[in-house]
Amino acid sequence: MLSSTADHLFWMARSMERAENTARMLDVTYRMSLLKHSMDTFNEWRAMLSISGLHEDYEALHTEVTPAKVMYFMTLDAKNPGSISSSLSRARENARAVRGAITSEMWEALNHTWLEMREHQARGISEDGISAFFEWVKERSHLSRGITYGTLLQDDAFRFLRLGTFLERADNTARILDVKYHILLPSLADVGGAVDYYQWSALLRSVSSLEAYRKTYRDVITPMRVAELLVLRADMPRSLAACMFEVNRLIQEINGPRSGELARRSGLLNAELRFGTVEGIFDVGLHEYLNEFLARIYELGDLVNTTYFWSTDE
Amino acid sequence: MKFIYDEMRDPTGGVRTNYNSFANWLEATSPDVIARKRREADLVFHRVGITFAVYGDNQANAERLIPFDIVPRIIAAQEWQLIEAGLRQRVKALNAFLHDVYHDQEIIKAGRIPAQQILGNSQYRKEMQGIDVPGNIYAHIAGVDLVRAGEGEYYVLEDNLRTPSGVSYMLEDRKMMMRLFPELFSRQAIAPVEHYPDLLLDNLRSVAPDNEEYPNVVVMTPGQFNSAYFEHAFLAQQMGVELVEGNDLFVRDDTVYMRTTHGPRRVHVIYRRIDDDFIDPLAFRKDSVLGVPGLFSAYRAGRVTLANAVGTGIADDKAMYIHVPEMIRFYCGEEPILSNVPTYDLGKTKDLKYALDHLAELVVKEVHGSGGYGMLVGPAATQDELRLFREKIVAEPSRYIAQPTLALSTCPTFVESGIAPRHIDLRPFVLSGKEITMVPGGLTRVALKEGSLVVNSSQGGGTKDTWVLEN
Repeated sequence: MLSSTADHLFWMARSMERAENTARMLDVTYRMSLLKHSMDTFNEWRAMLSISGLHEDYEALHTEVTPAKVMYFMTLDAKNPGSISSSLSRARENARAVRGAITSEMWEALNHTWLEMREHQARGISEDGISAFFEWVKERSHLSRGITYGTLLQDDAFRFLRLGTFLERADNTARILDVKYHILLPSLADVGGAVDYYQWSALLRSVSSLEAYRKTYRDVITPMRVAELLVLRADMPRSLAACMFEVNRLIQEINGPRSGELARRSGLLNAELRFGTVEGIFDVGLHEYLNEFLARIYELGDLVNTTYFWSTDE
Repeated sequence: MKFIYDEMRDPTGGVRTNYNSFANWLEATSPDVIARKRREADLVFHRVGITFAVYGDNQANAERLIPFDIVPRIIAAQEWQLIEAGLRQRVKALNAFLHDVYHDQEIIKAGRIPAQQILGNSQYRKEMQGIDVPGNIYAHIAGVDLVRAGEGEYYVLEDNLRTPSGVSYMLEDRKMMMRLFPELFSRQAIAPVEHYPDLLLDNLRSVAPDNEEYPNVVVMTPGQFNSAYFEHAFLAQQMGVELVEGNDLFVRDDTVYMRTTHGPRRVHVIYRRIDDDFIDPLAFRKDSVLGVPGLFSAYRAGRVTLANAVGTGIADDKAMYIHVPEMIRFYCGEEPILSNVPTYDLGKTKDLKYALDHLAELVVKEVHGSGGYGMLVGPAATQDELRLFREKIVAEPSRYIAQPTLALSTCPTFVESGIAPRHIDLRPFVLSGKEITMVPGGLTRVALKEGSLVVNSSQGGGTKDTWVLEN
């Protein structure tokens, strides 16, 4: 397939997944902020910005951190490249550039999402509409993915879309898991308390994993189990292991004359997740482990770029 | 008051035979149902994103819908037979002319067209002299604009032989009509148009270089900010071929390749929707970032086919339009089936004098202009507009041609006040390769403003589905 087409498909899927995960991350932040557990009520919002890597963009526009401002910045603000609205617009722009390579139903769904996003932008989001807005974002993402599965020929176009989805999701799950670390820091006294419990359950709910946790462990929520569920369990659709299993398989399927180094690195990361233990993770420290994982995911994205999208050897 | 032919009603107000079935349906259908269907059409076109960009508009509003009207333009079978025969003849002659002017120039030697008018024309590409193209076909896709003045009386307004657009609207309009009013299609036999992309792909394959058995055909677009981008993507998808931009392609050893995730892959036929000037910065405009360096060299070497060929502009230039009937006589040995609109060449003193004396009755067009930009419609112009245009003409008369304002036929159309007659034209698409093929009908454009004769989408025109009835 054309390199430029693969590039657009990859970013189309990544952007849609990004929008969904930003909604999930905002959702967990919002839920945690409602708990009012500490003096510094805006702590969660600051954490949200730093784990998204967007605090510099934010500071360029705003002098202070307030829930309303961060919420606007992350949802509707067209000046923030990481906002939900920017992600949806990017998904649509990429789709528009490859309309011929996707099904018309896929395009119509993305275009419709974008048109509705513009209405949200014009109307603004009221406080009692926040949860409904996040639901809407998630539903549009589910719809896009469902239409892709239900209508698109399963060729390389399909694989590049999935590759974008799972790389982005791996990145985002790692970041969401890291939210707790950032918020936890100033309130060590809360560990094991009621606030701690609500924070972990909010986190699990944000990645649609609370029910799975209950089913799997049938026990109280502990950090080690949450980490195990979201990092190592290959049967959890949003876990790092599940994402990397898909990424690795897709890279093998796409293959190609220059894919050696990419296949080696994704295979290595996949094997580490498959055979890793939660004790091993906590020996390194969860935050440090996640940081390293994010760096390696970033490298993989870079390699996908140079392997398939750039053509240096004419 | 000139007589104006209406497609649906005869001068006594009676319904013409070809509209009988539709008129009965219209009478029996409640206005509410029609209003609801019209809203549905609008919604679907928006969601599907069938939009076009308007040059000069700011980014935010740059994507607009082309208004779609639900009253079809219906053409009787025998009348279409006549049009089709006329189109075949005309396009055949135009291709023969293009081959001739880039080879032996018999038509000049025979004294039928002055050498200066061809060789001195800015649309004549000296670079094309002596280059052989597959099947001697230059205009693989032609969009010939026709207007009707009376019963069986069609005129060719212009021949578009460079990158004619609009065929996607023809296809989408049909899809929309079948979705909204399936009952209309079961009542009478309407010739299908949906197979156009298959015909186009066959046609493009038939002109591949080196008799390649499985040629790789691509559609080349200037990019998504081009006004016709939707159509480029649409056609690539419908044909199942890649849509490429300049930087997806590169040339090595006079062979064109596209960059793929698995390395370079050879390209045999490029259906390019990008002007000659921009296809290759090494051969034409140096500042073009849309093109492919070396493409023209590969083309000269016969290693890739460009559709349409480079240099077709010399045949659809408005200054050359005057000579098309003579081309038909010269190359086909036949009398033209479709007439030209009488045209004044303002480069000639006699024609210029007539035009300046009758400016308020004439339509004046720039010889090299397109899309309804920079034209004067005399009867609709104000005194000031007439004065300004007169100055422009006097300054550079050879840039203009003038034609009498034709009484373009009208077709009933939904407007705010209900159904009213609006002027229409017709653009059939003629494909030339190993043979000449076309789907019955074409794109009908309608001028939505009362009395307006300008149907271009950039000037507020709309479109209609076009039905050719089958006997």
